[in-house]
Amino acid sequence: MEAITLNALTKVYGKEKTVAVNEVSFAVEKGELFGLIGPDGAGKTSIFRMLTTVLLPDGGSATVNGFDVEKDYKQIRSSVGYMPGKFSLYPDLSIEENLNFFATVFNTTVAENYDLIRDIYVQIEPFKKRRAGKLSGGMKQKLALCCALIHKPTVLFLDEPTTGVDPVSRKEFWEMLKRLKAQNITIVVSTPYMDEAALCDRIALMQDGKILSIDAPENISKAYPDSLFAVRADHMYALLNNLARYEKTLNSYAFGEYAHVALQSGIDEAVESAALKSWLESAGLKDVEVQPATPDIEDCFIRLATVHQAAVIK
Amino acid sequence: MNDLSNRAISIKADLLTKRYGDFIAADALSFEVYKGEIFGFLGANGAGKTTAMRMLCGLSLPSSGSATIAGFDIYRETEKIKKNIGYMSQKFSLYEDLTVLENIRFYGGIYGLSDGAIKEKSEAIIARLGLQSEADKLVSALPLGWKQKLAFSVAILHQPHIVFLDEPTGGVDPVTRRQFWDLIYEAAEEGVTVFVTTHYMDEAEYCNRISIMVDGRIEALDTPHNLKQQFQADSMDDVFYKLARQAKRVDL
Repeated sequence: MEAITLNALTKVYGKEKTVAVNEVSFAVEKGELFGLIGPDGAGKTSIFRMLTTVLLPDGGSATVNGFDVEKDYKQIRSSVGYMPGKFSLYPDLSIEENLNFFATVFNTTVAENYDLIRDIYVQIEPFKKRRAGKLSGGMKQKLALCCALIHKPTVLFLDEPTTGVDPVSRKEFWEMLKRLKAQNITIVVSTPYMDEAALCDRIALMQDGKILSIDAPENISKAYPDSLFAVRADHMYALLNNLARYEKTLNSYAFGEYAHVALQSGIDEAVESAALKSWLESAGLKDVEVQPATPDIEDCFIRLATVHQAAVIK
Repeated sequence: MNDLSNRAISIKADLLTKRYGDFIAADALSFEVYKGEIFGFLGANGAGKTTAMRMLCGLSLPSSGSATIAGFDIYRETEKIKKNIGYMSQKFSLYEDLTVLENIRFYGGIYGLSDGAIKEKSEAIIARLGLQSEADKLVSALPLGWKQKLAFSVAILHQPHIVFLDEPTGGVDPVTRRQFWDLIYEAAEEGVTVFVTTHYMDEAEYCNRISIMVDGRIEALDTPHNLKQQFQADSMDDVFYKLARQAKRVDL
């Protein structure tokens, strides 16, 4: 069964009629961990705000747990949890007071649903008398997640929960999400981190209010159409400049310790690798290595975003 | 770039320490950064990066230890340090309710550039970033990634010796993140020393050398390649994970 459906959902802002969400349609299955992946300005937050009924759509429709986001907002509000990207708890209330407040608002008690938050809450409990405004980023994030869960929602919306969070804490956060998913909570999470996309059941890659691609992460990677190579040399900046000038290059960019370069598909990889290597060496680079690479979500996103950008300019 | 050690020293820290009561936020930091180097300053949230960076920028006095920034003493010459560095962070960079051009002019004025120089710099920045049609728009109307590229250009407007970047690419998309790093590479090629913090481990790979802080101390410092060998790790992500998970300090 579908927990969430969007049907040509649209949001337009201001006098300039900026289209933040442009006829977006997709569905999220019950119990699914679904990722909205895209940069700032892609429309992720507007989608979250419409699905949580705090913002009205300008076109299209959407349902959460079968309820319409416009007509049945009361039912939706009592059954979903929402953790906004911006810290939105009461800074003058303590950890404990915030949690009690949110439980009371939803006609429940912390004790009643404590099982759901125990793993997370024990990490911040030693500081429960501290005011929320005085907490570090990591602690605020944990408290916000507890508050979003305390009424035992069936659908959880998390808007960029890991932005600005270090890699170790990010891993821990995703471990928590896996445990929540195991309890059959549907989770929609947005992130600008492409490595987190691989941890979702399905993802939608978004840019400029549109969905570029939607599928399981491994299928998105498999559908990458070009031939991708990883290249290394003694000087990264010179390497990048040269790869951009190579006549067969479709796209090239830094990728960790390597540069990635996309060439046309259907070529003989060994021949093309050797040709590229000798071309780079003739350009003065040393210690050149060229090898075929497996595209990941970041490669796919970069390709889709570049193609999308080119289409917009045309 | 491969013979960094032959270059002039831009930042030299010797046992640099900051205490808040019993709490040692930065514990005996010793390192050197060379001119034109891209130096990555990594650590988990709460490891002490911001404390260290505030000292290096002349904004906070150390409890003990010594350091020179662009040749200036960190205790006695903080004003000279401020004139010779640039700084940008994710949180503070530009004035949202000024236009693109107004921000450039404002910072140019703060740094004492002549009207002629400001005009010349404005045109160069607008052209380099392709902001011709946005020049008179409020900064608040720009996408995050554009803001960050503009903030970086403004931070090096006065041709500082060193630019400090505190998580400049947080939340920025993969394409714009790379364009941002192109700007960093260009600045470093021109001799600006770049001191940068990031939570993206692929960006750690773009640095000449990186240090990793754990519980207030620098636990590792080398090139990305050497660190991966030292920790027998496949990626910088692994190196970071191996070091940072040993942390005992709770991120408060």
